[in-house]
Amino acid sequence: MIRRTLDVSTLPTIAFGPRATLWWGVVAMLAIEGTALALSAASYLYVRRNFVEWPPPGTIVPALGAATGELIVLLVSLSPMILVDRAARREEYWPVTVGLAVVTLFGLASLGLRAAQFYGALGVRWDAHVYGSVVWLLLGMQAAHVITSTVENALILAVLVIGPVERKDYVDAHVNAVFWYFVVATWIAVYALVYLAPRWL
Amino acid sequence: MRRAVDPPHDAVARVELERAWSTPPGFLGWLTSARHTSVATRYIVTAFGFFVLGGVLAALMRLQLARPNLHLIGPDLYNQIFTMHGSTMMFLFAVPIMEAFAIYLVPLMIGTRNVAFPRMNNLGYWIYLIGGILLWTAFLLNVGPDAGWFAYVPLSGPGYSPGKRVDIWAQMITFTEIAALVAAVEVVVTVFKLRCPGMALNRMPIFVWSMLVMAFMVIFAMPAIMVSSTMLAMDRLVDTHFFNPAEGGDALLWQHLFWFFGHPEVYIIFIPATGFVSAIIPTFARRPIFGYPAMVLSLIATGFLGFGLWVHHMFATPLPQLGATFFTVSSMMIAIPSGIQVFCWLATLRLGRVVFRAPLLYALGFIALFVAGGLTGVMQASVPLDLQVHDSYFVVAHFHYVLIGGAVFPLLGALLYWLPKISGRMPNERLGRWGFAVLFIGFNLTFFPMHVLGLGGMPRRVYTYAADTGWATGNLMTSLGAVVLTIGFVLFLANVAWTLRWGPPAGDDPWSASTLEWATSSPPPSYNFAYLPTVDDRDPLWSPTEQPVVTGLRTDVREILITDAIDATPDHRQHLDGGSIWPFLTAVAAGIGVITAIFTPWGVTIGAVLCAITLTGWFWPRVPSGREARRSA
Repeated sequence: MIRRTLDVSTLPTIAFGPRATLWWGVVAMLAIEGTALALSAASYLYVRRNFVEWPPPGTIVPALGAATGELIVLLVSLSPMILVDRAARREEYWPVTVGLAVVTLFGLASLGLRAAQFYGALGVRWDAHVYGSVVWLLLGMQAAHVITSTVENALILAVLVIGPVERKDYVDAHVNAVFWYFVVATWIAVYALVYLAPRWL
Repeated sequence: MRRAVDPPHDAVARVELERAWSTPPGFLGWLTSARHTSVATRYIVTAFGFFVLGGVLAALMRLQLARPNLHLIGPDLYNQIFTMHGSTMMFLFAVPIMEAFAIYLVPLMIGTRNVAFPRMNNLGYWIYLIGGILLWTAFLLNVGPDAGWFAYVPLSGPGYSPGKRVDIWAQMITFTEIAALVAAVEVVVTVFKLRCPGMALNRMPIFVWSMLVMAFMVIFAMPAIMVSSTMLAMDRLVDTHFFNPAEGGDALLWQHLFWFFGHPEVYIIFIPATGFVSAIIPTFARRPIFGYPAMVLSLIATGFLGFGLWVHHMFATPLPQLGATFFTVSSMMIAIPSGIQVFCWLATLRLGRVVFRAPLLYALGFIALFVAGGLTGVMQASVPLDLQVHDSYFVVAHFHYVLIGGAVFPLLGALLYWLPKISGRMPNERLGRWGFAVLFIGFNLTFFPMHVLGLGGMPRRVYTYAADTGWATGNLMTSLGAVVLTIGFVLFLANVAWTLRWGPPAGDDPWSASTLEWATSSPPPSYNFAYLPTVDDRDPLWSPTEQPVVTGLRTDVREILITDAIDATPDHRQHLDGGSIWPFLTAVAAGIGVITAIFTPWGVTIGAVLCAITLTGWFWPRVPSGREARRSA
């Protein structure tokens, strides 16, 4: 018995963006992480209601320097990452490799500036009062994503440098660019909440 | 080199496919398997193991409460027992088993070879297992959590719960939430991208829809407990003050965050159960489900409304009354989509030619019990009534009606229904019916009197009660009912054992059902389908037209077909990872980190470093995979 068939042998073997399963997996992961960050931000605003003065008396309004520096670093890092993203879709080796190296350096700079915030600019420990707890939580959770994404950038970079290079490595690079956009976007939000909101609220 | 396979080359293709997709035998194969049916079967067996353990705890509680003033179990152990019972049933049984059914059945029902991320799937299982072992080992060492399954602060905080009991609970949550989230992402991506050609969203079985909605709910609900259990663990370990009012923290923040997870959690358990019923009823009514669009929209509506109800668990706290009213309305509103589903099931039965087999009996029992449990739910949506019955046995009765009646009954029906597919053997019909009858009677004997006890003022979570309270008769009935219920479960498990040992061969499609999992052999081969199917109907196996099959996928390596998320038109072919030891090692690494974090915050660092090592091993490309990719390019 011969059945009618649908031949798929001519279809491509990799795809980018919403066509790729990996893109969906990472976007779902970002939905999870984004929800966790949003709920932490909601918790910040919830405990805020227990105070008249915010930050509580005796605690400084967090200094802007390091955090704003980090914001600039991350915003600037978008342009090489967009380059990586576009070049990955075209499967171009050198722009992706060089771009990832640059973004990895930006990631490290960002983490250095974050450390300066924990041990200086915030001016409060996590165990001082709930304000200290919640700002450490927000900055820590967001930092975990900077670390993860930077490690992934470095790992993909290492794979590209050491080889053998596979076509799917470009999908990885592209999808990690999506992750990096999330990192930058969440830092804008956390920066606004932790550093700007106390000046306005 | 690419080989186009045609049906005449069927035998060659099957041999090649078997070689490409099979799992190596033995212990290593067991540790490394990335096959969705193997992982799901492990999940199901493990979850049922925890179900039995949780059931034993329930039996111990009923023994203790059978008569007034009994002192078989002291208050401290009793606190651990009810906390362990709730935590085990919710986190180690209900959610994992629903996801296990999704992992087993979704790829078969949508006509593909495996889930989208097979190794992640394996990781999820090991993480879950470690979490379960942690909880139960701690309990056996008398360090079992004892602050209730929702661990309210300040009771669970450092001031009132010194020691490590609550920390064990918080970290068990970490494990199970990771496992649940992994499975949820797995289901979402598999459903959106791996459906066979032609299975547009509006042709997807309602079972698959229910699993998709469940997975989305997990994705947006679990982060709440991720955040809150982390805060609790930090309050206890590194002196943060999230829930400490003395330093500006807030105890109600815990309740908000917990129930923002906890209420959707109920629907995470219930929605897959409706999926089981929506698969069972059409099969035995011999007609397509009535009102498919209404059913799908009801599922989605339930998914959204499920996130707007959490405050009804907090009516006994000083919330603004206007706010409470909003949650009363949304709690009552959820009866609408549930009602629509019930009427669609009834209409399907009424319009079909019903064949009464054991799985259908469980589905019918579900309808009766769920309606009863749903009605007491609507009652409690009213603030004044809720204030009266809050924390009483009325609540215990209500949620056992919705959880056992609404989820365990369909689950048992589903197990009988799909056991022929999983095991290749038919269950015993007579034993199935007897099991159902005893369970149904035992269930009502056990839980109906609890309504009366609750209205009579009996609070939940008391380890004993005085003789003059008037609760003795109701409690005795409940405890005797629990004996009947236990006999019912024993009959059910005996049936499963009988099936596995002596059940007659089932064949591909013993129930003459309509969905794709019945289009392949029982149990399915390692590659599920020799040729991926295509569909042009919601009930493909009942469709009169013969559909083309997919050719052109490579058979010598693991290759799957990726289709468009909406219309399921073929898009590209993708190489899928095979089994690997790294998911297991990653689970162990994470386990070491999380368990160390019970004692020192350095656990987080240790776990992160270990996981970075194992994940690098996991993702490091290896030469064979590279060769394949180049060949197919």
